[in-house]
Amino acid sequence: MEKIFHLWVYLETTPLLGLGVTLVVWQIANQLASRMGSNPLANPMLLSVAILAPLLLITHTPYSAYFQGAQYVHFLLGPATVALALPMYANLRRIRRSARAIITALLAGSVVASASAMLIARAMGASRVIVLSLAPKSVTTPIAMGIAEQIGGQPSLAAVFVLLTGLTAITLLPMSMKLLKIHDMRAQGLAAGVAGHGLATARMLLVSETAGAFGGLAIGLNGIVTAILVPLMVTFLR
Amino acid sequence: MLNALTLLVVCQFIGEVTARFLNLPLPGPVIGLVLLLLWLLWRGGPDAELETTGNWLLRHFGLLFVPAGVGVINQLDALRENWLALLVAIPVSTFAGLITTAWVMQRLSGSDEES
Repeated sequence: MEKIFHLWVYLETTPLLGLGVTLVVWQIANQLASRMGSNPLANPMLLSVAILAPLLLITHTPYSAYFQGAQYVHFLLGPATVALALPMYANLRRIRRSARAIITALLAGSVVASASAMLIARAMGASRVIVLSLAPKSVTTPIAMGIAEQIGGQPSLAAVFVLLTGLTAITLLPMSMKLLKIHDMRAQGLAAGVAGHGLATARMLLVSETAGAFGGLAIGLNGIVTAILVPLMVTFLR
Repeated sequence: MLNALTLLVVCQFIGEVTARFLNLPLPGPVIGLVLLLLWLLWRGGPDAELETTGNWLLRHFGLLFVPAGVGVINQLDALRENWLALLVAIPVSTFAGLITTAWVMQRLSGSDEES
């Protein structure tokens, strides 16, 4: 028993445990998700968090100890965000052709999503940290965390809100497109990317490659647009 | 793989340095994204290696979110105190963002010859 305890103490101080458990749980979550079919909760990312978070709480492992290992995975978010230039480049011709429509729709959707989230939360008495952390909720996590930090929000809260937003978008997307009679896959993809970042875009990619391409474009552009607009909107929100 | 990863990290690095140096309100990776796009335009597209490595990273985007997502365990109190506001704000704003984007896009864009 004491040997196990010493082993545990040793493992807790190396990055191996955090890294290993993240990768293994990710594999398990993928298996689970593919078995759950089209259930919107069948998202490997959500399932991984749903397994890892209680695991840390039960074992009384502080997040900082876990992150010691998980940071190697976390770090790759930066290069992966840079890599979003690839799908954008691949669709450059089609994007140029409807550039005006894309930019207008993107600006409108981005401002509406962010401003409505902040205003509703503030009206319902949420604390200022919560309101500010909600501002970048529709952009991809690395960008959202950067924006949240910059405007005085809490990056890890922003990451949670980004996640919840993506899952909500996946759930609401088919219903809302039917409601508005929107059949254009470019419009559906763009909406998925603007309001639901990578999570909703990955789901749209299963339906249509066009939607996926426009979603990918929207993720990158919305990241840029939100990074510029949110600090401005926050100064108006005092 | 290593060349491509180097290029991605260098783009991010220059982006990070530029953002801090010029006090830009943009996260470093976003500037890195723009830099890579300019690089692709200049070189006339990605080579096979960059294509493979980049798409490999994008395919596993979900995994990269996991460590940040697990950070929720440090925020349980904040979530508990504000759950009702969040329960309304997140779905309503997401729905509003979805329909605004899709509606404006469908109204303004012509037909798509390639689809």
